[in-house]
Amino acid sequence: MSAPVIVRVQREDFDLNSEVAKLSSGRADIGAVATFSGLCRDEAGTLAALELEHYPGMAEAEIERICREAVERFSLQAATAIHRYGKIMPGENIVLVVTASRHRQAAFDGANFIMDFLKTSAPFWKKEHLGDGTTGGWVSAKDADDTARDRWSPK
Amino acid sequence: MSTVNLVYFSWVRERIGKGEETLDLPAGVVTIADLLQHLKTLGEEYEAALEHENVIRAAINQEHVDHKEPIAGAREIALFPPMTGG
Repeated sequence: MSAPVIVRVQREDFDLNSEVAKLSSGRADIGAVATFSGLCRDEAGTLAALELEHYPGMAEAEIERICREAVERFSLQAATAIHRYGKIMPGENIVLVVTASRHRQAAFDGANFIMDFLKTSAPFWKKEHLGDGTTGGWVSAKDADDTARDRWSPK
Repeated sequence: MSTVNLVYFSWVRERIGKGEETLDLPAGVVTIADLLQHLKTLGEEYEAALEHENVIRAAINQEHVDHKEPIAGAREIALFPPMTGG
């Protein structure tokens, strides 16, 4: 049986506890669950909101592909990835990754891998809205994110 | 001549001034790189959007491709800047 993968791209918030429960309930074979949530920072009070644009269809497909690769590579027992779009205020959730495995290392690594690839290849773009009412423009992609992704490649 | 649906995101969409369009492409447009060159002849807004060609990412039928990829048979081609999700 292949490990269940749940991917959702949605405007509304998610609940971390219920997503963990969904993934682990009714199973006694899971030994480790790792969760990562990414939140909107206020950038020292200057940011009023982030607006997330996405490519409907491809966003889901690309995250699913990344999750399946993580399941394969780290022998995960389950993986969930949820990414929000639309206007997100400081302190609110943006992204959630939940991974399950027999032992902790695979769950940690799997979540890390999913996030590194999600940031560089899932079609989402962030635009900043500043506290003074102006638009701060589109967030630039960071070289550090490419570097983080590339560390998973065979040397 | 082939007809293709183009979709644009983020600042590529903003600079071109629309999110999608259907275009007839001349026969010489074979790859994504050719498509970018062709689009730049369509007006200032395209030139501004695609000025830094090497940073523009492309997807054919919702899968990432590089600029050398042939576009024959593409239903939908997307052009967008590097992604900043997560």
